[in-house]
Amino acid sequence: MPGVIELEGLSVRFGKVEALRNLSGSFSGRAIGLLGPNGAGKTTLIHTLLGFHRPSAGSARVFGHDVRRNDKAARALIGYMPERDSFIAGMSAVRFVRMMGELSGLPPAQALERAHEALFYVGLGEARYRMLETYSLGMKQRAKLAQALVHGPKLLFLDEPTNGLDPPGRERMIKLIKNVRDAGDVHVILSSHLLRDVEECCEEVLILKDGKIARYCNLEEERRANRKFLELEIAGDVDAYVAAVRTLGCESARAGKRRIKMVLPPELRIRELYRLAAEQRAQIRHLDYKKDSLQDIFLKAMDLDPLGDADHGRLRA
Amino acid sequence: MAVYEHSYSRYPGPFTPAWSRFLVLPRFAFKDVFKSRLLVFFYALSVLVPVFYGLAIYALNNLEVLDSLGNAGDELGRMLKVDETFFSVFLLVQSGFAFWLTVFIGPGLISRDLANNGLPLYLSRPISRAEYVLGKLAVLLLLLSGITWVAGLLLFLLQSSMAGWEWLAANLHVAAAIVVTSTLWILVLSLLALALSAWLRWKVVAGLLFVMIFFVGDLFALLVNMLFRTEWGHVFNFDQLIQIVAASMLGIRPPDGPPVWGCVLALLLFLGFCLLLLHRKIRAYQVVS
Repeated sequence: MPGVIELEGLSVRFGKVEALRNLSGSFSGRAIGLLGPNGAGKTTLIHTLLGFHRPSAGSARVFGHDVRRNDKAARALIGYMPERDSFIAGMSAVRFVRMMGELSGLPPAQALERAHEALFYVGLGEARYRMLETYSLGMKQRAKLAQALVHGPKLLFLDEPTNGLDPPGRERMIKLIKNVRDAGDVHVILSSHLLRDVEECCEEVLILKDGKIARYCNLEEERRANRKFLELEIAGDVDAYVAAVRTLGCESARAGKRRIKMVLPPELRIRELYRLAAEQRAQIRHLDYKKDSLQDIFLKAMDLDPLGDADHGRLRA
Repeated sequence: MAVYEHSYSRYPGPFTPAWSRFLVLPRFAFKDVFKSRLLVFFYALSVLVPVFYGLAIYALNNLEVLDSLGNAGDELGRMLKVDETFFSVFLLVQSGFAFWLTVFIGPGLISRDLANNGLPLYLSRPISRAEYVLGKLAVLLLLLSGITWVAGLLLFLLQSSMAGWEWLAANLHVAAAIVVTSTLWILVLSLLALALSAWLRWKVVAGLLFVMIFFVGDLFALLVNMLFRTEWGHVFNFDQLIQIVAASMLGIRPPDGPPVWGCVLALLLFLGFCLLLLHRKIRAYQVVS
């Protein structure tokens, strides 16, 4: 059975810039978060899967349909909510969503019925006869979601769906996305620079960096695998302490000037850490068990020092 | 996905044939076009002219009607004759209506989508860029055809039915001229309007430039002809080119200008340029490399 999305050496080039570099993999998760800093290739990947950009090498398939040779068949199965403000002025929401449904192949009567349903579903039922240009940003975002859902796609691309939304608007959008995901009929690809959005909505994450796949993992499995994850705050010679704990078989990483994250071997007891601290004349000021957060997974994939890298600012947890 | 359930479900019903989906675009566009009373009035006016021509054909083929008009009828019968000139004047008048209809409708067809980033929404559907352009083109093609070659052919058939088969057989070239020149004119107007609409993204500016291209084109053609003592300057005067093609097909004296092959070549090159512009501009996202 083919994966939802299959990539084979996919590369996309714009002039001299290679936006996607040799991406390969099969992705079948129910809800996949697409993460990466600005310019990592998230939107380019979505656009390529929609057939907006032609691959310069390799291939991509959506539900087995090659996006270069059979792009219309692929698009018929996709719903797309673009990142930017996109609408058609001079149209009421219901007419807009109906037209989009008809363009996807719904007969006129069914398209009208589904347009009403989709707008009620996203919470725009009472405003469905208003012109789109009179909508607030949050309402426009929901109208974009409604047009992406109207034809009942098997795969939904959501490109920065919470962009510019206030906290209640964001909550509402996240709830809708979760609801769509849990309906079980549709796979969701959520591209976002907001880790929290991805963490709340997605089961898997695909992390892109410089046009390459930096990491693809299942969030829950990743968390389960990191039960012995500790975060320490050290006063004293941190470097010497880190070197000492490594001799005990601990994996460690600096998480700031005085912070260390470490994974302990199963047999190691916490008191050993205190003993080492005493030997190194360091003090453990803070010690806490933690699960590996998406931020940690992301930062590992980016090879970044969590507090020391300027790129960190581009992503918000 | 029932309204009362507030839950998502896939669409289980039948789908329309893939080839027919681009027709959704003109269907929705027509509703917008005919929302404007001014346009409805103008379109009705452009339909009234063929009706008037039809009445004239009826009168000229009906001696009783001419007799009932007395001396005026005799005068009318002597002055008016349903021949090539009659249809060339009809084409000229309807071309004018087609031009102004395009000025009102054409520039807003694509610019409205581009101005609000609507293209990704269209092109993420199972329609291609070519189908999108074809859908937008169909709006103008259908509206303008109704008042040009369709109306012209109806008049031709009316005259044929009244004058008999001999007239029809002797004037088939008139029918061909009506179809060919109207189609060329419609394509020039439609593709130029769409290209400007896609290029400028602002309906008003696109409309102004559209008008300017025709009026300034006339002046520019005259200037080139005067400076270089040639007739080839008329290649910048599209309505003149169409008139030359029409006159040659109808077998009447053509206006000054390049030979027919030169006119057709210039028009085809211009159509190709418009298509190229549309090809470059109609994209879900413009990539700056």
